[in-house]
Amino acid sequence: MSTHLSERTEGGVTGSTPFIDEAEDRSIGTVDERLEAADERFYYANPWKLIMWRFRRHRLAMISLVVLALLYLGAVFAEFISPYTATWRAEGFQMMPPTKIHVFHEGSLHRPFVYALEKTLDQETFKYVFTEDTSTPYPILFFTQGVEYKMWGQWPMSIHLFGTGEDAPAIMLFGSDELGRDIFSRTIYGSRISLSIGLFGVLISFMIGIAIGGISGYFGGTTDEVIQRMIDVIISIPLIPFWMALSAALPRTWTSTQTFLAITLILAAVTWTGLARVVRGKLLALREEDYALAAQVAGASKARIIFRHLMPGFTSHLIVSVTLAIPVAILGETALSFLGLGIQPPAVSWGVLLKDAQDLVAVAQQPWRLIPAIFVIGTVLLFNFVGDGLRDAADPYSA
Amino acid sequence: MLVYIIRRLLMLIPILLLVSFIAFFVIELPPGDWVTTYVSQLRASGIELSSQEAQRLSQLYGLDQPSYIRYFKWIEGIVLRGDFGWSFQWGKPVGEVIAERLPITLTISLLALVFSWLVAIPIGIYSATHQYSLVDYLATFIGFIGLATPGFLLAMILAWAANQYFGFSALGLYSTEFLDKPWSMAKAIDMLKHLILPLIIIGMASAGSTIRVLRGNLLDELKKQYVVTARAKGLSEMQLLFKYPVRLALNPVFSTIGWLLPAIFAGEVLISIVLSVPSIGPLLLRSTLAQDMYLTGSIVLILSALTIVGSLISDIYLAWADPRIRYGGLSK
Repeated sequence: MSTHLSERTEGGVTGSTPFIDEAEDRSIGTVDERLEAADERFYYANPWKLIMWRFRRHRLAMISLVVLALLYLGAVFAEFISPYTATWRAEGFQMMPPTKIHVFHEGSLHRPFVYALEKTLDQETFKYVFTEDTSTPYPILFFTQGVEYKMWGQWPMSIHLFGTGEDAPAIMLFGSDELGRDIFSRTIYGSRISLSIGLFGVLISFMIGIAIGGISGYFGGTTDEVIQRMIDVIISIPLIPFWMALSAALPRTWTSTQTFLAITLILAAVTWTGLARVVRGKLLALREEDYALAAQVAGASKARIIFRHLMPGFTSHLIVSVTLAIPVAILGETALSFLGLGIQPPAVSWGVLLKDAQDLVAVAQQPWRLIPAIFVIGTVLLFNFVGDGLRDAADPYSA
Repeated sequence: MLVYIIRRLLMLIPILLLVSFIAFFVIELPPGDWVTTYVSQLRASGIELSSQEAQRLSQLYGLDQPSYIRYFKWIEGIVLRGDFGWSFQWGKPVGEVIAERLPITLTISLLALVFSWLVAIPIGIYSATHQYSLVDYLATFIGFIGLATPGFLLAMILAWAANQYFGFSALGLYSTEFLDKPWSMAKAIDMLKHLILPLIIIGMASAGSTIRVLRGNLLDELKKQYVVTARAKGLSEMQLLFKYPVRLALNPVFSTIGWLLPAIFAGEVLISIVLSVPSIGPLLLRSTLAQDMYLTGSIVLILSALTIVGSLISDIYLAWADPRIRYGGLSK
């Protein structure tokens, strides 16, 4: 977007009167001759375009959005992107530190490669130490054959984005756990549950929130009062104890899909209240507007007034609320799984990975076990940044 | 004002009833009850209980009755006798079990709230008056990290760091050498040391949101006409700031206590589990796993009730501070 246009955006936005004047001019067909092409683009743009323009100016939010998209893409193609599967074990390479990637071999530049690791027992501390055998470099191969897997649980495949090929030492970017499983692969696989649980949970709470908030806001009166008091009650229940009690109710015998769905519902059972409040507040404010009255006088049905006339007025606010609700659900899943009440192994989620790293002694000796935490914190931060950017962009007609 | 308070107090009754209903519903959800859990535990240790025996146990604890009767009995006991039921797991009345640990939870939670204000209010005011300064960016950044980092993770990392760099074991409430000693100055200091970590971790999370709320509100207030007027009249910046905009901007901070308290209690529960502080948290985790239903239900109920009372206090404060709310409440 050109700087010229962004200046105009500021100008048109702070002095809101010229904007309205212009719109009126247009309706009677006398567009100001002095308007330049860029101005025209601004004045004719629909609200969504304005929101998009403003959002793009928010550099941090834009970058965050791109990184989030990459993370979700990684979750979708987890089998292909991770060099191993979530359950594959490197025999004899338990608790291995992250593999170092080198580019210099014997003083000369080489394509990225890894060295084989040798495990020896330190006679003094009785701990296993890994030392690199620098005699042969094993280049990192792309689109290489590796551990077999079923793509999306359907098609047997064995091609991976990267790997070291057969008869070469394993490449474990985030090290391995006490069973010799690759933490990088597990993190990528885990993102599937962790990232989608936030999305689905919020989707469900979004639907409940819109329905209940809509009813409350549109009908008002006693209905509103009753629903609002109910929401007050639900908000006052501390989230984690409530989630703990609910998820303790899940039978241990359930399959991971059943548990996943149940946890999603549990997360949604509480988070809808915030959305319902936003919807109600906006509806209450908007239904007093002249155009709502005009629609009513013109004979529009209640549903039409709500969905056609009132909803567009706060859809952008809803998107912001949803963006900010997703990280709450992600943190909820992590906390529950960490306590052993959420996703159960062998299913992998970031919470499950962190539960593996629960032992303080393990963390002290194998700090790489905490790497999945970076993903949790990062994802939550990214969603917050995007939400903040959207919030600023949500109301394109304000300063 | 008095009418407002009375009105709010009366409204507490249906709300508390509804909360008790939800709490009971939650503990009723798991398939099976404490007796089935107990029987399977015994079986795991090699003791087989006959079904008659199990039935007798169910009868003894009243678990064979339909749930609505048990609900009414539970509520009746709480309201009339202050009796929260029987904890199967501890073999003691629930009230006694909770009374041992609730003070610790309350102390930690309230101190964490105060701590978060002590940190957040000055930082919030500073970053609003010095928008886009280094401190502002730093505060926003720390606030975001506080929001994004799961408390239990922070607890793990900090506990490890304290042990690694200060040789201080942050787990529990006292060091091992004080465990069975009577109260003394040294023991009190030792306890305070152990409290610091949970306080910082729980306080950080709520401080993050308080900073953001306060900063946003104060920025809005500072743009208003009356600030310009006051400045034009020659009021010094400090006087101007604390006399009007700060007071107004603080209102939403106190009025959202009702939302902050559940977060603080939830944080306390999780972090106590990680740091093995003998408060409500580990108790709740064990009781949910063992289906010790009255204990679980009572904990959820008591924590919720405390939150509701907390938000009531903040509402009353708000009505006292802001007449518009008081009159709005009356005219209904």
